[in-house]
Amino acid sequence: MTTTAKPLPVPTAVTAPYWEGCRRGVLLLQRCTACHAVQLPPQRHCGSCLGDALEWQPAAGTGRITSWTVVRHPMSAAFAADVPYAVAIVALDEGPTMMARIRDCDLDALHVGMRVGVGFEPRSETIALPYFRPAR
Amino acid sequence: MSLRGAAAIVGIGDTAVGKLPGWTATGLTVEAARLALADAALDKSAIDGLVTCDSMVEPHMYHAELIAQTMRIRPRWCMTLSAGGATNFAAVHHAAAAIATGQCTTVLIVSADVLRTGLTPERAQAQMSSTGDPDFEAPYGLPVPGSYALVARAHMHAYGTTAEQLARVAVTTRAHAALNPAAEKRTPITVDDVLASRMIADPLHLLDCSLVSDGGSAVIVTAAERARDFPHPPVLLLGAGEGRSHEHVSQAPSLVTSAARESGRRAYDMARLGPADVDFAELYDCFTPVVLVELEDLGFCPKGEGGPFVADGHTALGGSLPTNTHGGLLSHAHPGNPGSMFALTEAVRQLRGDAGERQVRRAEIGLVHGQGGILSSHCTLVLGREVARS
Repeated sequence: MTTTAKPLPVPTAVTAPYWEGCRRGVLLLQRCTACHAVQLPPQRHCGSCLGDALEWQPAAGTGRITSWTVVRHPMSAAFAADVPYAVAIVALDEGPTMMARIRDCDLDALHVGMRVGVGFEPRSETIALPYFRPAR
Repeated sequence: MSLRGAAAIVGIGDTAVGKLPGWTATGLTVEAARLALADAALDKSAIDGLVTCDSMVEPHMYHAELIAQTMRIRPRWCMTLSAGGATNFAAVHHAAAAIATGQCTTVLIVSADVLRTGLTPERAQAQMSSTGDPDFEAPYGLPVPGSYALVARAHMHAYGTTAEQLARVAVTTRAHAALNPAAEKRTPITVDDVLASRMIADPLHLLDCSLVSDGGSAVIVTAAERARDFPHPPVLLLGAGEGRSHEHVSQAPSLVTSAARESGRRAYDMARLGPADVDFAELYDCFTPVVLVELEDLGFCPKGEGGPFVADGHTALGGSLPTNTHGGLLSHAHPGNPGSMFALTEAVRQLRGDAGERQVRRAEIGLVHGQGGILSSHCTLVLGREVARS
């Protein structure tokens, strides 16, 4: 096992549209055509009604921080150069929650409830990772 | 059919903990089993049920079978269980059900690992970070302490919990470890020591985090009616309950209220007891904020008041609810999934009256709680010396 490379997502048949959206700069959610539940991360089935007719819908790309931390001690050598860095759980305005880095933000200004907007950080030819920054 | 009082713990065994060079996970597992058999004055041939937890350092496809092979026993009821820090107590729950339904009579529950010497600290961290969703969490570089920092921060925001109150969890636990000759860290610490220790992930300092250890532990469970035939007074399982809410922290329904509420309520209902009946508690303390969430969710204090409850001394020896009397994962040892078992063997010791300097006075009812993942998987056990309590 290598600890020098940062892990990157590996798109699957289910998640490929999501990652393609990130690459194009659009945060996509899944919406169930039967019960209208909205979900993230993408799955084959709707977690609410277990229906399998899901469609993609662009998120507004805004939400609020439900909790956050600033990592001072990295988990592996791969992240050592990044410290200190902020990681948060963001509740999107549509409801789903997701983990992401918080960037372009004074670390001392971070707070629960902070309004944030999504951005995308290219990490490879095919992968861009969503991050959030203070909403303008 | 209720499992209340159906099964009893008749043997316990703790290996040494800390840095144990030369030991393998399998070797420590058998060592813990040997010690528990000796405590119960039982021959290994009496074991007809076996539950183990896979080793992180030396994973095996059929772990329980590996241990059976190594010990040369032939259990008729056998499983490898995986529920993180809830594994060992869920194993007791399953074992009691298996015994009550005649599937086996005498169950060995054992787990051990060599996280300290078998893995470098970096590798151990990376390994434990594999609990994060590989596609939707791992790329952001959140270490395990960071996940629990999210819990701490959310608790602070919701209830005004302070870093000092979190530190008091570590300080109280260390004071108990100072009375336990088996504990890894026995030098008393202060709130200032915790706050001055290196910041790992805001708001958690190094001393808010548990240890990384080698070690293992075992218990032997049998039917209550057979339990009088052993050298030590039996410790009865009065209640057991489990609860689950999610796997990954980003999908947790709440960061401040956990499925410990459900596991606790189920365990109390089975035991026909409530939090006020509990004389001491051994809670899962991988990081200090977890103890606050558990104290609240298990009903020992109102929601949000875990910080003041600890700061007021309730969880110290001599307090209203002595908690983690052996020193917990924070100061006794934390060999990963096996770590919670030390809380169970400590509860048995307390109920036997064998806890030495750290003995809780009038210890008749004890509660143990295990938690796996990031507030994900929960199991609560209520233990006592008698089924009926006046």
